[in-house]
Amino acid sequence: MRDAMINKIIRCLLVLSFVAVFTYTAFAVTRPPSEEGILPEIVLPVPQILEQKKYLGLSGGTTFTIPQIKASVVIVEIFSMYCPYCQAEAPSLNKLYYKIQNNSRLEGRFKLIGIGAGNTTFEVDYFRNNYKIPFPLFPDDDFSIHKKIGEVRTPYFFAVRINKDGTHRILYSHPGRLKNHDQFIKMLLQRAGLK
Amino acid sequence: MKRLFYMNILSTVLLLIFCGAALGLSEAYKNNIYNPGILKPIDSHLKVKVGDPAPDFILPSISGEKITLSRFAGKKNVVISFVPAAWTPVCSDQWPGYNIAKSIFDKNDAVLIGITVDNIPTLYAWTHQMGKLWFSVLSDFWPHGAVAARYGVLRSDGVSERALFVIDKAGIIQYVHVENINVRPKLEDLVTALEKLNKK
Repeated sequence: MRDAMINKIIRCLLVLSFVAVFTYTAFAVTRPPSEEGILPEIVLPVPQILEQKKYLGLSGGTTFTIPQIKASVVIVEIFSMYCPYCQAEAPSLNKLYYKIQNNSRLEGRFKLIGIGAGNTTFEVDYFRNNYKIPFPLFPDDDFSIHKKIGEVRTPYFFAVRINKDGTHRILYSHPGRLKNHDQFIKMLLQRAGLK
Repeated sequence: MKRLFYMNILSTVLLLIFCGAALGLSEAYKNNIYNPGILKPIDSHLKVKVGDPAPDFILPSISGEKITLSRFAGKKNVVISFVPAAWTPVCSDQWPGYNIAKSIFDKNDAVLIGITVDNIPTLYAWTHQMGKLWFSVLSDFWPHGAVAARYGVLRSDGVSERALFVIDKAGIIQYVHVENINVRPKLEDLVTALEKLNKK
């Protein structure tokens, strides 16, 4: 009698689990946000480093979302310290950062951040120090952001147009390394409707 | 018997639900990675523990040289990183991280040895996708998985666990970590283990 009851419970749990798996696979599989669309809500910690906090134009609080960054265009790199292409891309992205910072037309309007998919704070810090990365990097150690954006391969780049009213739209959403910085910036200016 | 059957199915299904599929895979590998899905986290029993002398071995490396563990005795601390298989998701994103962390190993007077049960040609092709590696990559292919088996990290399907062993200059095991095969071990845990060696 007792055995029959236990078997019944196990069978019920099994059925419920299959329903859960079906629901998970049917609804939880996300795709990368598409161009002209909007980003899912990505909540990031306000950087502890004052210079980086200032760079992003953040005032108070402990967390922020990408549209809260004080910029016209935010370029987001999804990277991993364990990804060979991200490692190869790091010095090149530093050049892009300085190209923007040294251009009076772009400085303050274009901002750059990185999110380390599956990387802990220690790993992100190691990556930052190893490549002397001057722009803010954030850990995503539990892949929660990575899952929201469709589990993209790394490196993956988004560029987001931030409007004055706080709304935003995605200008660029693409995997792989950035090939030509000048053309990339030109394309973003055009898509953002900026001069 | 019937109950055992149902329980096995249930545990597999629950594993699928609770283990995320996020792998953070690099573009470097394109579509060349075989995804075996979510596997049983650990499928072996350790045969060594902290304080034991590390079993010596001799294995071929992708450079063509044969490497023995004992060659480092009295000279270097040794980190052995067993990863399950070439061309699989998590493994492909583990060693490239160690490849940019050479300074951590140098600082702790340690060498890194990477081992899988794949054969040399496979390891050669796979690791070349990672860029130039500074550490030795050894093949435990034949006798198949013999070294992994001696350390107690050979799984029932013939691949090794995702395991890290830190061996001091006296040849004594000072750290053992067998990670869930579906997850990459955190770099900071290995760094802490290496730094402990220097404090002794």
